[in-house]
Amino acid sequence: MVVAVSLGLLGSAAALVLNAVEDSLVFFYTPSDLAERTAPPENLFRLGGLVEEGSVRTEGATTHFVVTDLNRTIPASYTGVLPDLFREGQGVVAEGTLGSDGRFTASEVLAKHDETYMPKEVAEALRESGQWREGEATQ
Amino acid sequence: MLHRFANPARFSRIAARVLPWSTALTGLLFVAGIYFALFASPADYQQGDTVRIMYVHVPSAWMAMGAYTFIAVMSATSLIWKHPLADIAARAAAPLGAGFTVIVLTTGSLWGKPTWGTWWVWDARLTSVLVLFFLYLGHIALTHAFDNPQRGAKAAAVLALVGFVNIPIIKFSVDWWNTLHQPASLTRLDRPAIDPAMLTPLLLMGLAFMAYFITMLLIRMRADLNAARARALQLSAAE
Repeated sequence: MVVAVSLGLLGSAAALVLNAVEDSLVFFYTPSDLAERTAPPENLFRLGGLVEEGSVRTEGATTHFVVTDLNRTIPASYTGVLPDLFREGQGVVAEGTLGSDGRFTASEVLAKHDETYMPKEVAEALRESGQWREGEATQ
Repeated sequence: MLHRFANPARFSRIAARVLPWSTALTGLLFVAGIYFALFASPADYQQGDTVRIMYVHVPSAWMAMGAYTFIAVMSATSLIWKHPLADIAARAAAPLGAGFTVIVLTTGSLWGKPTWGTWWVWDARLTSVLVLFFLYLGHIALTHAFDNPQRGAKAAAVLALVGFVNIPIIKFSVDWWNTLHQPASLTRLDRPAIDPAMLTPLLLMGLAFMAYFITMLLIRMRADLNAARARALQLSAAE
């Protein structure tokens, strides 16, 4: 009985603590998260979402791309070597600063993949039959 | 004293009968699992052959959390019903769970570099698994920190129950907060997001890890009971 009650109290305490520190638990902000805030979270922050289809453009070592959460978008650029899984339509988390012109300058880019695993042939068959739902699973 | 030994003696007999079978099963499952994982399963459409790390990473993650849950249940059993085997089971499971956690952290790191582009980030999933590792270390340390082993077992049991709050945090971290780690592929409301050809090696390796855990647990518990009996015999011989 005592064990059950103390575990219940402990659980609620943990839930309250986690709720209070939610801001530091979030690894990145989506473009919609940023729109809800009046000021950017801090000078240097992480922006996450999908690389918009057809938005990637390279200029020498600099890559320009658009981060979208299928609701809002933010244009971004990065100078350097990108991870292998950085692809259009795939998830991305970029650390950097948001300029006053609304453009995000990334100092580090990480690729985020979704939870879907399948062989290449299945992915192609799905695309051909039109059952492919791009980015639906990625936050 | 006798009634306390009645149960452990029966346990040792049952364990001796189960062990050859569970050992053979572990070997078979590992052979089948590794064959499917390395040879009889396709490469991923995005990650290529790197996806094969999953067949070690995910089962060890399951067992890291499973072993901790087992320790928490044993701790509650020990604190509430004073079952003589519960402390022994928790003590035997802790280093195994810590081992699984080391495997999940290292394979995750090796997987993160080629896919995400980083060995480590402080996102909620990765950090909560690191906390799990420290909980295991704390549990092992507390168990052996007292001259009286029963006090050590009790302190470790309280730690295990308090630390259990971390298990749902690990599981749901990818749903509650934005993380670099992707959400669960198997436990979803709709169908799993893993192709059946890749699900086979994953489940086989999951069963192999579980059979390995049960086998090692039985061996360690039996060794612990034998050591206790040897100590008791030594004491009675000295008198």
